[in-house]
Order: sequence, then structure tokens, then C-alpha cells
Amino acid sequence: MNSIVRFDKVRKSFGSNEILKGVSFEVGSGQVVALIGRSGSGKSTALRCINGLETINGGELHVCGRPMHQPGLDLQSLRKDVGIVFQSYNLFPHLTVEQNVTLAPRKVNGIGASEAQSIAAYPDQLSGGQQQRVAIARSLAMKPKLMLFDEVTSALDPELTGEVLKVIENLAADGMTMVLVTHEMAFARNVADQILFMHHGIVWESGNGEMLKQPATAELNQFVCSGL
Amino acid sequence: MQGITIDHLLFIFKGAGWTIVLSALGFIGGALLGLPVALVRSSRNPWLARGTGFFVQLVQGIPLPVIMFVVYFGISIAGFDLPALVAAGLALTAYAGAYLGEIWKGCIQAVPRTQWEAAQCLALTPAQTAFHVILPQAGRIAIPPTVGFLVQIVKNSSYAVVIGFFDLTYSSRVVNNSTFEPFIVFTIAALIYFAMCYPLSRLAARLESKYQKR
Repeated sequence: MNSIVRFDKVRKSFGSNEILKGVSFEVGSGQVVALIGRSGSGKSTALRCINGLETINGGELHVCGRPMHQPGLDLQSLRKDVGIVFQSYNLFPHLTVEQNVTLAPRKVNGIGASEAQSIAAYPDQLSGGQQQRVAIARSLAMKPKLMLFDEVTSALDPELTGEVLKVIENLAADGMTMVLVTHEMAFARNVADQILFMHHGIVWESGNGEMLKQPATAELNQFVCSGL
Repeated sequence: MQGITIDHLLFIFKGAGWTIVLSALGFIGGALLGLPVALVRSSRNPWLARGTGFFVQLVQGIPLPVIMFVVYFGISIAGFDLPALVAAGLALTAYAGAYLGEIWKGCIQAVPRTQWEAAQCLALTPAQTAFHVILPQAGRIAIPPTVGFLVQIVKNSSYAVVIGFFDLTYSSRVVNNSTFEPFIVFTIAALIYFAMCYPLSRLAARLESKYQKR
């Protein structure tokens, strides 16, 4: 299968604390995959392994055809193809919105000013929803093959959350391959091709949106019901 | 006020001029030395960090007048015949380099780790990350302590008097020795030092509030 991301019994520990205990799943080209689960289940860690922010301790991980488990991998060239958006936006406060978005394409790809909005504003003048959309635009400006979203609406109120989810939904409709860590169950059900419920460091249950209505395992049932 | 003439005042001011020259030398030299020290100390390499850490500990553990003596007599033992300005400038450079290195290391480390992550995840190289994202932010954080330390350099340049360098303190002492009016003479010196340092402090406050707007 021509998969963009392939986890094969991946293990990851922080010191003596093993977070990922043998995670296996695949993301095909153009698919949207949602990772759900409790805090500490390993979903953010798994996401961060995809673009090399965390290194894995066991198993195999292939991203865009590159083996992430081999040492000495050229992360800089991988990150041209893999974009990520963080919960806390992490915009560059000393640059304008336009500079935030165009910095990487200009410096890494040598491109002239991209088709970003020409707002001469600084991040701290924008609302949370606007900042997150700038963060998304910034990652998209590099034209990645894969986009990662790490709980990007968890710090936003419901109205702003709706704004950002709309952007992500449009991206998915355009065919972008995406892996999202999210708590937005309704969104995951509507947009994701595959939902993976992570529990105790492994993929406990996987399926499409129907899985959330009819969980096969007791743990997923408890997770879904506790959110009511 | 008997005995203090315009000539005496001009003589004192001449020393003040050399204080400014020595302070500028110390600050520029210290900045050139301190920036690599700060970068090395905030890098991941433990050996480099330990080596420069030892240099910083050494300078911070020895009084500046003693450093000046060591440099001054060390130069003449090495066979060079150089003016006291060189020895004072080198000593002040080492002193400023060690302290500025520590201050700037702290400012680099004060930039949130998430900024490094965001920049690297955009495929920026470590050099591009440092130059475009980290150092501009570290620079803004660094302005108040750096200008504050510049004031320290100006005041501590007065130690150069121990190796016979003709600075403001030295010229004041000479005038005092000939007029026997120590209180007046040294009050004048104090006012001149204050006149040099106060604008720097005001500049620091202005720069800080200008960059706070972002």
C-alpha cells in the first residue's frame, strides 16, 4: 500500500516511562486520520514521532517513504514535506503575520513572497482563532505532503474552534493527507476516514465514525460516554 | 573653592574622555567575546560548554583590579612594551566577555523551546532558526540587562587606575594631590560618572518599552 505514514509496533519511552507500547497503523495518501484518547494515552507523542520531534526506541516508522527509526536521518528535508500545527500556535512574535507565513518558503525554498494575506499585523494583535489560522497558513506555505495537527482547538472557545475546524475541513476536502490529535468527537466523526482510539500506549480500537456510536471495547465506551 | 581652576577642570575632563574610550573598548571587546561564549554555552555540546564555563568561573572569581595587574605585568613579562590602555582594555574585555556571555546565554535560553520546535518543523536549518527566529527574540530580552551591564563597565573601568591608566579617577586624584580639595574634586568626578551612566539607564528603559510594543 502506498502509505504516507506507517507505524509498525513503534515503542517510545521517556526515561523509564514507556509511553508508546507497540503502536501500529497506516495513513494512506489523501486520508484523514483522527487520534483520540485520554491524556497520557500517547496520541501527541505518536504525532510528534511522525516529524521527528521525538525519536522512537523500538519498532519501525516510515514517513513519506523515509525510515524514521534509522539514526542520522535528514530531518530538515523531511520537514519540507511534513507540516505541523501546535495547540499553542507557536507563531514568531517578532515577525508580522506575512513574515511568519513567508519566512520558511523564502529561506528554505528560495521562493518570493507567497500568496499569503498581506496583513501588517503582529500575532499578539490577533484573536486565538486568527492566530491558529495563521499557524496553519504558515505550515501550508511550504506545500507539505502531510499535515499534522496537535490538539489545535483545545485552547480555543467554541466559536473560535468552529472557525479553525472549518479551515481544516476545507483542507481535507482538497485532498490533503492529515493526522489530527483531537478531542472534537463530532468533527472526527464527520471528517476522518479513520479514527484511532489510543489507550495505554497502543491503538486500542480503530474504525470509522460509526465506531464512536457503537464502541467494541469497554474502554472506548467509557471514554465516549464520559464526555457527555 | 580656592585652588580649583578651569585648567584643573579641563584636566579632570581629559581623564573622563579616556574613561569613555576604555569603556567602549571593554564593551565592544566584551560583546565580540561574549556572543560566541553565549552561543557555545547554550549549545548541546557538553565539552565546549564546560570549557567556556571554566573561563566564565575564572573571570567571575577574580577581582577586576587583580585581573588588570596580571594582564599588565604578564604583557611586560612576555616582552611587549604596550601602554596601560592595552592591558586595561584586555582585562576589561575578559571581564565583560564573561559576564555578557552569561547574560546572553540566559536570554537565549529564555526564548521558549516551542519557538525552536516551530522553526525546525518548518524545515529551517539550525543556522536559519538561530538567525531569524531565536536571536531576534533573545536580543529583545537582552536589552535591559546588557545596557545595565554597560553601566557596570563604565564604573568598573575606574579600576584601571591601579595600573596607572589615565582615566577619570586617575586625573581626579592628580588634581586632588595638587589642590588638596578631595571632597570637591571627587564630588566633581562623581557627577561626571553619573552624567555618563544615567543617560545609559534612560536609554535602556526607552529601548525596553519600544520593543515591548510587539
